[in-house]
Amino acid sequence: MTVEELAQTFSLECLVSGEITRQVQSCYIGDLLSRVMGQAPAGCVWITIMTNSNVCAVATLADVACIVLAEGEQPDAALLDAAMAHGVGLYRSDRSAYMLAAAFAAGGI
Amino acid sequence: MSRLYYDFHVHSCLSPCAEDESTPQCLAGFGRLCGLSLMALTDHNSCKNCPAFFQAAAAYGLVPIAGMELETAEEIHVVCLFETLAEAVAFDQAVAIRRRRIPNRRDIFGAQRVVDSEDCLLEEEPWLLATATELSLQEVPALVSAYGGICYPAHIDRTANGILSILGTFPPEVPFRYAELHSPTQAQHLLQQYPSLRDKRLLYGSDTHAAAMLPEATAYLELDVPTDDAAAVRKALFSALREGKV
Repeated sequence: MTVEELAQTFSLECLVSGEITRQVQSCYIGDLLSRVMGQAPAGCVWITIMTNSNVCAVATLADVACIVLAEGEQPDAALLDAAMAHGVGLYRSDRSAYMLAAAFAAGGI
Repeated sequence: MSRLYYDFHVHSCLSPCAEDESTPQCLAGFGRLCGLSLMALTDHNSCKNCPAFFQAAAAYGLVPIAGMELETAEEIHVVCLFETLAEAVAFDQAVAIRRRRIPNRRDIFGAQRVVDSEDCLLEEEPWLLATATELSLQEVPALVSAYGGICYPAHIDRTANGILSILGTFPPEVPFRYAELHSPTQAQHLLQQYPSLRDKRLLYGSDTHAAAMLPEATAYLELDVPTDDAAAVRKALFSALREGKV
């Protein structure tokens, strides 16, 4: 499934589209950025409730396919700017991390 | 009493997100231009540019303080300040073995440059400094104190890495006497929102990552000490800090 298909299939709100043709290979949930940095697998969809600009740097470092902000979180202006500047896919949803991950898993990720 | 303008939170080119031009020498010069008497160098999880900062500050007549912005396991930033350079260097070694080894990506975070007092590159720190250490918030005050320093949570008025945004409060079991505000205008608002702040004294830190962006000095403290003797100023400062009189 590509990032674009992920967003459509699970009704994610697109904030920055990012690499829409990239394959989403797995899913990682985490809010401690230092943990995400070392543990998130490349090509995953990363679900988080963190919204500061460091999220973009960590997503780039971990080479995730895209970020999904859960529980209705809104990105800080600095995060939105950074994601746009670096072309990092940034999406959001009102659902919890658990519900999102369960849906992704049921959808084949 | 001498009125000393201070900034206890400044980053040099060793911090991954700081400008390469922000060498200790450059910071000391800009600090003096901005009207500071006291400046603490607080790079992320490292004190390795403090020796150069001490040398450079002497040339500009600025009183240097060796420090570190330590990131706890909970990703809370804590400003750690030391009375002597030797104590900071020893503390740096104690923290180094508790750092996580994630390679720095220069293309994302920039270089982490250890330099001398004339801006010459001595080495590049290979492991990313701006990330959590293994030290919990509870461990930090005792560790800092063991090296003669004092510490307090950084930029509590910010969402990224601020103690209030991460823990939602000041845990009563962690004995911080001070807290750092990034924007002094936030003080009233925060005091209303977090009653646990009322017994803390608020210190100012600019958290500057580029020497040329260093703000004009506005925050000051008063010490009964001649200002031309850096060691005497630091001694008086730390004595006041330990007694909660700053």
